[in-house]
Amino acid sequence: MAGSQPPDRLAYLQAIDSGRLLLMAAAATLVTAAFAVTAVEVRPSAHPTIDWTAALAFGGFIAFGELLRLALPGGRESAPIAMVGAMSYALLLELPARHSAKPHFEITHQSALLVIAVAAVGMIVGALPHIAAGRPAGVTSICARIVAVACVAFIFRPLVSDVATKPWELAFSIMALLVCFGWLVDALVGALIRADDVGAKFSVAMLDEIRLQWPLGLAVGASVIITAFSTKTIGIGILAVFIGPLLVTQIAFRRYAGIRATYLQTVRSLARVTEVAGYVEAGHSRRVSRLAVSVGRGLGMPEPDLLALEYAALMHDIGQLSLRDPIPGGATVLVSAADQDRIAELGADVISVAGVLDHVAELVRCQSWPAIGHDPAPPLGSMIIRAANAFDDMVGGSIDRDKSAAALERLRLDPTEYSAGVVEALAEVAGRRVPSRL
Amino acid sequence: MVSRAAWLYIVVVVAITGILVARTHTTPFHFHPKPSQTPHQLIVLLVLQALFLVCDSAKTPLTSRQTKWSPSSAATLAAVVLLGPVAAALVGAVALLSLRRQLLAAERLFNGAMYALCGLAAGTAYVQLKGPGPVGIPSYKQFWPIAIAFAAAAAVHVLANHSLIWGVYRLNRGSGMLRREGLESSLTLLLASDLGYAGLGLVIASLWMIMGPFSAVLVLVPLFVARWAMGQFAEQQRAYAATMNALCQAVETKDYYTRGHGDRVSRGAVMIARQIKMSSDRTDAIRFAGMLHDVGKLGVPTQVLQKTGPLTEDEYAAIQLHPMRGLEIVREIGFLYEALNGIMHHHERIDGRGYPMGLAGHEIPEFARVIAVADAFDSMTSTRSYREAKSIAMAIDELRRGAGTQFDELVVQAFIKALEVEEWPLAAPARAPADLTIVTVQDHDDPTAPLQVVIP
Repeated sequence: MAGSQPPDRLAYLQAIDSGRLLLMAAAATLVTAAFAVTAVEVRPSAHPTIDWTAALAFGGFIAFGELLRLALPGGRESAPIAMVGAMSYALLLELPARHSAKPHFEITHQSALLVIAVAAVGMIVGALPHIAAGRPAGVTSICARIVAVACVAFIFRPLVSDVATKPWELAFSIMALLVCFGWLVDALVGALIRADDVGAKFSVAMLDEIRLQWPLGLAVGASVIITAFSTKTIGIGILAVFIGPLLVTQIAFRRYAGIRATYLQTVRSLARVTEVAGYVEAGHSRRVSRLAVSVGRGLGMPEPDLLALEYAALMHDIGQLSLRDPIPGGATVLVSAADQDRIAELGADVISVAGVLDHVAELVRCQSWPAIGHDPAPPLGSMIIRAANAFDDMVGGSIDRDKSAAALERLRLDPTEYSAGVVEALAEVAGRRVPSRL
Repeated sequence: MVSRAAWLYIVVVVAITGILVARTHTTPFHFHPKPSQTPHQLIVLLVLQALFLVCDSAKTPLTSRQTKWSPSSAATLAAVVLLGPVAAALVGAVALLSLRRQLLAAERLFNGAMYALCGLAAGTAYVQLKGPGPVGIPSYKQFWPIAIAFAAAAAVHVLANHSLIWGVYRLNRGSGMLRREGLESSLTLLLASDLGYAGLGLVIASLWMIMGPFSAVLVLVPLFVARWAMGQFAEQQRAYAATMNALCQAVETKDYYTRGHGDRVSRGAVMIARQIKMSSDRTDAIRFAGMLHDVGKLGVPTQVLQKTGPLTEDEYAAIQLHPMRGLEIVREIGFLYEALNGIMHHHERIDGRGYPMGLAGHEIPEFARVIAVADAFDSMTSTRSYREAKSIAMAIDELRRGAGTQFDELVVQAFIKALEVEEWPLAAPARAPADLTIVTVQDHDDPTAPLQVVIP
């Protein structure tokens, strides 16, 4: 992304709400306990059964994974390679014996707290270069990962002697279950934080998280099991071998996330052609899209629908390009219903040329339909765009409360035109508005 | 169709593979073991062959162009570790039975022989470097010798694979079959992916001791997730290009005569970019820059664009501002900085008399020099309300005349060369419908009819 701004200190502090605070407190408690206990254990003579080379190798692997964080669509941050390292260290069964003349394998003895300590040190070390480069430290997502790893480690580490002596099928099933559990914990924490951050409903956020994260979760889970078992043949060397395939998988995801971001940026930029051409007021498309997405989120729309809504809201005025002369002030709310229909129709035609955005075109086409009395009824997204557009035509970039209250009153007077539910959600969003820096 | 030279090449590859596999039993190296010695090893071989076929059928486009990628080398390399070179050749040879139905017989034959040869070469490298002892499930005791030998085997496999394919591609360039367009451009990515996934061969081999054939299934999971992500990437890239196209068309609806102009300039710029051997990233960027180069024209009032008589100085200034307006619109798109330069400076002239900055010679960014040529050429070969289109030959003459003063000579030469090889998508001879009133009567892109400005 071009020109990402340095995080605003004040905004960052404001973003630490109760959910985040709880998560950080939980992670901090775990890590403190882990460090304290490990500090006592750290005399190798006292604990000959713990393989410190393995701890170091896994810690390094986790740090490397944390260094290569992955920004996923929707502003999610993930560190799949670090997760593979930490989870497989939690699920490690056997390692080659180090202090024995006769080559054989020994069951690993690292405690759950040692697993947490190794994961925490690895992640913190891996985060340092990010901090040095002025990027966000990603404390929240590190805490979420540590909590997920801790859940798995506390269940599995006490069982390891029993599991390691059983047939591999049983060990595999237990590991598969635990990996799923760990992934669900990670998704749950992610959804809680996200619901807090963007004001989404928790159930919707959780479903979004599961829907969007399962492919990566599946790859991470399988990789964890592969790593945990392979040490029984080639020892911790597996980490050196497996890093190659993991990197390629990560590159595939990075490219995917990258093109998604560029796509969104491009539509955001090109939607401004109507502003440059003088058809609409500067900033109109972006304000309408921001409002529409917030309203849609408040009404519990899932993320893929929100993306379509964002695209449609950005391009809702693109049909005006086909008009001979700009509408005065660009306010579509002031022109006749027939003209509004025509602009919507023309805009939808423009968008459907792409052939891949038909659902977006549909939202643009129906944006001029009244909420009640039109057959067929307009989709929710179109009603949202209609209300958000009318609101912005009246209020513009101003955050004057009286102005916005008057505009909302005007929308409420017309319940056949503007859906009452949408207007109430809009009122809630408008009440939260802060001065935009754009 | 397959050219005669390509056929000859394929036959030679098949023959060499056959001879080498046959000789392997009798060479002084003790290749061990023969794959069919015991039923257990036969099962390993069959499972790996099945894995190869599954991976091969999952071949997936790496970019929107034709470069395809498949992780099947993991199966061959697992065979290298577990069973040795001959078995690896036998695993590679099942490419002959590929489940991809669209393959021609020649392609199957070539793929089978080629993958067998790669397997044999990788296996030989592995056995040579690994040190004494038979092949088989790797052990932690010799981890580093095995890992190094395996890395070498993977490198040999990737190199042999790509050079053999490159050979057939070169020999068969003109025809449709076995063509790997864009191979060179995404080669780094392809090589990196191949090398990275080769590591799975050793992972399968070491898991085999614990879970047997199931290890192949388990390893397929991350493979298919990566494939899914690559597929999503290609899909998004296509959607992105289509959306760009649609938006650019929308921008052009304002003027009937310049429809398709952005698209054709973009194609011309890409033709030049290929001719002067730009990297694939830059070619992608110039494609978009070409498409969007005139987007700023939207900021020029319609009455100025439509004016019949000479322009006042203010009106001319408004037109001169359009590259800056374009920049304003696209500035936040995260593609190459160079594309933005291309849009902003596409009306500069080599002699320094262009706009908006009056840059001269090599001060003008390369993208802008390329777009300027394609832009002027398309303008001259398109119909305008006040004149007919020029023929391609006439437009080329104009470009030659302007080379050195208005255009970069090298770019003009590259474009003329490209026009000899590729066909130019000539603009349809436009006749504006009678009811259409929005018509530009001056074309700011046309070098033969410069805008007329009132001199005060």
